[in-house]
Amino acid sequence: MSQTTDDRLVIADQSYDSRLLVGTGKYRDLQETRAAIEASGAEIITIAVRRTNIGQNADEPNILDILPPDRYTLLPNTAGCYDVQTALRTCHLARELLDGHDLVKLEVLGDEKTLFPDVVATLKAAEELIRDDFKVMVYTNDDPIVAREFEAMGCVAVMPLAAPIGSGLGIRNRLNIRTIVENAAVPILVDAGVGTASDAAVAMELGCDGVLMNTAIAAAKHPVQMAGAMRKAIEAGREAFLAGRMPARRFASASSPVDGLFFD
Amino acid sequence: MAMQITLNGDPREVPDDSMLSDLIATLDIGNRRFAVEVNAALVPRSEHATHPLRADDQIEIVQAIGGG
Repeated sequence: MSQTTDDRLVIADQSYDSRLLVGTGKYRDLQETRAAIEASGAEIITIAVRRTNIGQNADEPNILDILPPDRYTLLPNTAGCYDVQTALRTCHLARELLDGHDLVKLEVLGDEKTLFPDVVATLKAAEELIRDDFKVMVYTNDDPIVAREFEAMGCVAVMPLAAPIGSGLGIRNRLNIRTIVENAAVPILVDAGVGTASDAAVAMELGCDGVLMNTAIAAAKHPVQMAGAMRKAIEAGREAFLAGRMPARRFASASSPVDGLFFD
Repeated sequence: MAMQITLNGDPREVPDDSMLSDLIATLDIGNRRFAVEVNAALVPRSEHATHPLRADDQIEIVQAIGGG
């Protein structure tokens, strides 16, 4: 009997079939964005909030045109924010933009070279947002103590990085990710740093509830094909986790019986 | 008479006694989904028509774009 029946990702009381969350940055155009999202099977899609280009043609297609809210859960991010105030302002603008939709991806960055989170500022921003009735999915580093703190204050999901944003380095600290997962009662999603399908599978095998990625798909030579690969990797990794892997051992263990050999 | 404001980082003149909605109406962004803040504070859609602009207001009009 399969262990995957009704195995759905639940975030802030909403349940999802897909455990792959994708960003919409760095694509060639909106058509490629749409095709990649479809191939990924993702249901939660991140967007950014930026100045409207005032002089521009008003009929130019917008990212929201290809992401119907009845089909996708939009997850506005605070990318580019290096302090508490700009992160809070971005979230309030996003909620207005999306007619009261209150799920946000909070990231407060520490420096441009690493894009590592400024954890102190992120903690302050998360506290304020939760007080203002936002549902906060928080980007943080792979520190189990910090992850525990975000959960305790009421974040609806904690999202430790695998490696720096856009680096494609894969999961740099598997043990920490596993510890974060083991400690947590809220969904833990690896956010940032995945480079290829095996990285996503590893995250899921470690017990993560999902993976959020952007560059690994958008910067692949063939993004739509990579989106499909990621979908399969997430599913395979999740099933492997649920199936429970065999214990690793140092030396061989024959697969065919030794009894009944017809020679000495 | 006109007064000076800043819109998305660029200086701009608007007539005295303008409401926020008057400014928005001149921008040809009617069909786009956008959100507005004045002096770093969100002004909800329902208040655009009654929010008076003042000299030196810093106005930001934002929209959703692709991002991770």
